[in-house]
Amino acid sequence: MGRSAFRRSRGEGPFRFATTGAGILLLAIMAAIAVFLIVKAVPALQANTSHFLTEKIWTPNATKPVFGIAALAFGTVISSFLALIMALPVAIGVALFISHYAPRRLAGVLGYVIDLLAAVPSVVYGLWGVIFLIPFMKGPSTFLNTYFGWIPLFAGDAVYGKSILTGSIVLAIMILPIIAAISREVFLQAPTMLEEASLALGATRWEMIRMAVLPFGRPGVISAAMLGLGRAMGETIAVALIFPATFTITFQVLSANGNSIAANIANGFGEATPIGQGALIASGLVLFVITLVVNMAARLIISRRKEYSRAAA
Amino acid sequence: MTLSPSVIVPVSFNRRLKNRVVQGLVWLAFAVAVVPLISVLWLVVKNGAARFDTEFLTHSMRNIGARDAGGGAYHAILGTLEQVGVATLISVPVGLLTAIYLVEYGQGRRLSRSISFFVDVMTGIPSVVAGLFVLAFWVLVLGLGYSGIAGALALSILMMPTVVRSAEEMLRLVPNELREASYALGVPKWKTITRIVLPTALTGIVTGVMLAIARVAGETAPLLLTVFITDSINTDPFKGPQMGLPLYVFDQAQRPNVTAVDRAWAGALTLILIVMLLNLVARLISWWRSPAKGR
Repeated sequence: MGRSAFRRSRGEGPFRFATTGAGILLLAIMAAIAVFLIVKAVPALQANTSHFLTEKIWTPNATKPVFGIAALAFGTVISSFLALIMALPVAIGVALFISHYAPRRLAGVLGYVIDLLAAVPSVVYGLWGVIFLIPFMKGPSTFLNTYFGWIPLFAGDAVYGKSILTGSIVLAIMILPIIAAISREVFLQAPTMLEEASLALGATRWEMIRMAVLPFGRPGVISAAMLGLGRAMGETIAVALIFPATFTITFQVLSANGNSIAANIANGFGEATPIGQGALIASGLVLFVITLVVNMAARLIISRRKEYSRAAA
Repeated sequence: MTLSPSVIVPVSFNRRLKNRVVQGLVWLAFAVAVVPLISVLWLVVKNGAARFDTEFLTHSMRNIGARDAGGGAYHAILGTLEQVGVATLISVPVGLLTAIYLVEYGQGRRLSRSISFFVDVMTGIPSVVAGLFVLAFWVLVLGLGYSGIAGALALSILMMPTVVRSAEEMLRLVPNELREASYALGVPKWKTITRIVLPTALTGIVTGVMLAIARVAGETAPLLLTVFITDSINTDPFKGPQMGLPLYVFDQAQRPNVTAVDRAWAGALTLILIVMLLNLVARLISWWRSPAKGR
């Protein structure tokens, strides 16, 4: 359709300008987020009397501010990976269940049920975690400590319900729907011809899935897992209510130690001085960069394959 | 060579067993995923019902002492409606226009590809970072103070990418024949988009917007950093701290008294009802207008 086919309409220019402008505005917002976080973080970083990247202590409100990201970043990473380890197998199972096992007519409804998990607000999970899960986890945690204490993760002298593990369980519940939804889309797009061919050759359903569906879906599942990891790292309110909020680095996930960048922002904001706010913004900048890298990597994996075009939503 | 029946051997026990085990595991995975959902919903309904009364829905927390029973979330519900409303007013035009650019104008350009990529990346921005950005930009650099509007800005950052994605998907579903027919009648492109393409995709877009609203209505972290917390009613989103329903739950959950925890549960129940209602209505609209039903 050549442009010469039209008489130029007077509305065309402004309309086109508005749509392009909106798109550019989105890019500008992304840039602005980075710029303004840096602008407000720098003064606090200059006032810091310790090294931001290696210091564990977080006392930015003191007259001689000392703060660093080490313990918080460690807590963020370990809790998110624990959550991912718990959520991933279940999410893959759920995705397979909906794409290949559940009765066709029920699949849509069951998928919606899983999506509802994502619709529950984070603060509600937090409340549920505080009132129900923390007391509940005392038993299983003691069990893990007694019988699997030889694994460093479950070691420690005292066991608490309010721990990194409990927070990670809540995180796992919260990231499960997104991993399951993307994996499901990818599994559904596995070529039907391959599936039918392997069934025709006498494969059982599991063999068909292992040979035709899983290899096809693997990059999609990897990127779904990374998106889930990004979510877990940025999740704030639920873990702010659950994590023990101490500034220590320990692998003992059953002890009353641990925190995360996001949880610390929510918990520390109320009493923050201007320097304290700047310190929190600096920690937010670190979180922003980490999640940005994780998300971009995930998106690159998923967009490299044209077959997945529908799954990226 | 003749094909004797014995060539077709039955599937070995081992393989059948493996098949069954995996089937069992897959069903188990689904069950495991549903357990927390049921537990959360059950506890919210059970514990929330105690304080889910007219006083809760019509009163604020002003002059309610630390140990007092009573009080409510009226100020928080009001705040949430205003903040989410303003966030919708900001993010829907921007999101919709961006989607139109991506589908109708951008095709294959480098700008369109990078916008598309960053919209995806933007969906992964932690909500607390969006809050920190508005805190740094609006509250600290511009000095405009904590307010409902600051919260709405933070929420709209979280809403925009969701709106873009769903609107984009819906616009792509509009058959090209419609556009071509319109061009053939001499209708300019922008009028074709506004008069033909958008109305065709409208229900889908409305569904997407409602799901986006449901998503941000439950966000707490960005509000905590931008609208602050108050116990009083503040109807003006442009001035002074407001409350939001998620914030209310967070605030009450941290207080040590049983009365506060009861209020937190009732707040959680209200929040879940709002979010689920939005979800349900959105799905109903899309189901009711879905092409599969021949409409």
